[in-house]
Amino acid sequence: MSRSDEATTDRISANGQGLAPDEVLAVERLSTHFVYKNRTAKVIRDVSFRLKKGRTLAIVGESGSGKSVTSLSIMGLLSEPGRVVDGRILYRLSSGEAVDLTGASKRTMRRIRGREISMIFQEPMSSLNPLQTVGDQIAEMIWLHMATNRANARKRAVDLLRLVEIPGAERRIDDYPHHMSGGMRQRVMIAMALACDPSLLIADEPTTALDVTIQAQILDLMRRLQGELDMSILFITHDMGVVAEIADDVAVMYAGVAVEQAPVRRLFDAPNHPYTRGLLASIPEANRERDDKGQRVRLTAIPGTVPSLYDLPPGCPFETRCAWREEACLEPVSLEPCGPDHLSRCWKMRQA
Amino acid sequence: MNARSEGPLVSIEGLGKTFPTSAGDVQALSDVTFNIERGSLIGLVGESGSGKTTLGRCLLRLVEPTAGRVVFDGTDITALDQRGLKAMRKRMQIIFQDPFSSLNPRMRIRQIVGEALVAHGIGRNRRERDDIVAGLLEEVGLSADHMGRFPHEFSGGQRQRIGIARALAVEPEFIIADESVSALDVSVQAQILNLLQDLRDRRGLTILFIAHDLSVVEYLCDEMVVLYLGRVAETGPSDDVYRLPGHPYTRALLSAIPTIDPEGRQARQILAGDIPSPLSPPSGCVFRTRCPHAIDACAEKVPEPHSISSRHHAACLRLGEI
Repeated sequence: MSRSDEATTDRISANGQGLAPDEVLAVERLSTHFVYKNRTAKVIRDVSFRLKKGRTLAIVGESGSGKSVTSLSIMGLLSEPGRVVDGRILYRLSSGEAVDLTGASKRTMRRIRGREISMIFQEPMSSLNPLQTVGDQIAEMIWLHMATNRANARKRAVDLLRLVEIPGAERRIDDYPHHMSGGMRQRVMIAMALACDPSLLIADEPTTALDVTIQAQILDLMRRLQGELDMSILFITHDMGVVAEIADDVAVMYAGVAVEQAPVRRLFDAPNHPYTRGLLASIPEANRERDDKGQRVRLTAIPGTVPSLYDLPPGCPFETRCAWREEACLEPVSLEPCGPDHLSRCWKMRQA
Repeated sequence: MNARSEGPLVSIEGLGKTFPTSAGDVQALSDVTFNIERGSLIGLVGESGSGKTTLGRCLLRLVEPTAGRVVFDGTDITALDQRGLKAMRKRMQIIFQDPFSSLNPRMRIRQIVGEALVAHGIGRNRRERDDIVAGLLEEVGLSADHMGRFPHEFSGGQRQRIGIARALAVEPEFIIADESVSALDVSVQAQILNLLQDLRDRRGLTILFIAHDLSVVEYLCDEMVVLYLGRVAETGPSDDVYRLPGHPYTRALLSAIPTIDPEGRQARQILAGDIPSPLSPPSGCVFRTRCPHAIDACAEKVPEPHSISSRHHAACLRLGEI
């Protein structure tokens, strides 16, 4: 029995029912809290989204929106005292079987991470081992997860470096991370993430630390690889411009909840939730208009700041900053349809 | 505003900075020349390693330039002694990127903002200084009640406002904002950009806005200077540079910006490779190793700035051909 078969025999009592045949991932009513002695941070509350095979879903949000904790919850990488307190994370294994990752054992999660779902982070320097050559790090990933010997693993590592367009791959494989630029290191991280042909790649702000010309290279690479490898991507970012470049579908998060979900073009053409509207209006790029005197129109900033996760308003989390707020916004509100494939968590805008 | 002088407020003339390191000299800035007009909001754009931060610090002599001059309102500040420099620094201030590490966590806001008043002998007593601090806090959109608080009680955007109030305390004419919105979320970033515009309009300030984000600079600034590997690639009115970029680097930079507007999306031109090491910059045009239009002649001579219009210049040998 090969190691990969073992991974799927230690299964998984959890029930994976509810995942459509073309879906790879479905997060349903997920809540993750960080419970401290005398207070609890409700970092994610009631978040649901679904990701189809071969597509890219962007989760976009500002600091403290819960976007990164969403990805860590999926990977089972929450650090203490973070805990998934409610909801399901349904994932389709490469064998075709659906599982609920919230009920999976540590052992199962270890097999899934890297092999089934892999992840790339913002800062490639801190995710790579500075004492090991990049080739050794990629090869280790391969022989840990796949039934192969070290020579073959090294050969595959060279192929992977070529795949991510690192020039002179057979030489660069013996480089240490500090020999490489930020962009090259992020390519190495992508090569490592792809080493075991994952069906889902979670990319958490993978281009945020990079210069814009290098960011363009990496986004281009990711688009190409996704097409070639038929991967699904969960792309986490704060940058609406990057969303427009890479995503098929978008979930906008604010203070731990998804406030709006839509296909990417629809979100930009007809944003529904006041937070999404405010976010788009505050981007300089979108503000090309001039007034009568030829002066640039002022940016519409969102007043105030994000509420504390320890002390959230009882109803809509955006109510404290919203220009359209009413008494009724103090009541809880759920994410509901406001158009084709379009969900919004604002009762008022849904009616408008 | 200072009425006695004419001409640009700041002239940067052939400015250079070399940092000696164990691996050899790092050429951070070479032959940087441009003017900053009175009351203008000018953007300095570049990627990592372009020298934009070093340039900002050279203007205040927080870093000593190794070549060239900086003339501030008729005075060559590169020639000033420490005393002359202190007097001059009252007229020029800097706001930093990171609102978390640039405010002393043990000091109350009253002290943080008021410190500069004491240092420059503004206000006769504490009450007068408190009044000034209260006025400054209100001017930047905070409240006088915030005076007794500590930095950790504020959000990132509010801390950046505190940094701005501190810079304004000595009533400078010139402010350098070094990546002052880069660490902020976009909704908060917009608040600070609006504030900088208001301050320029209300106080007649001259602002050098240093940023890596070209779309922010294009929105905020009247003029922009594009730096690449320590050299000026292009200068001009923001609109002109944005609409008709002359230098191949500026074009690539513009086309690399992710955009939410599908109609505004230009044919994507992706630059190959990385910025070369400033330890051994390429000969001739420093951009030629990544430039899609480079020819042999580009390696021979550092290109001079060529005019596109009277105020719009690009340092490219092949300007007009490409």
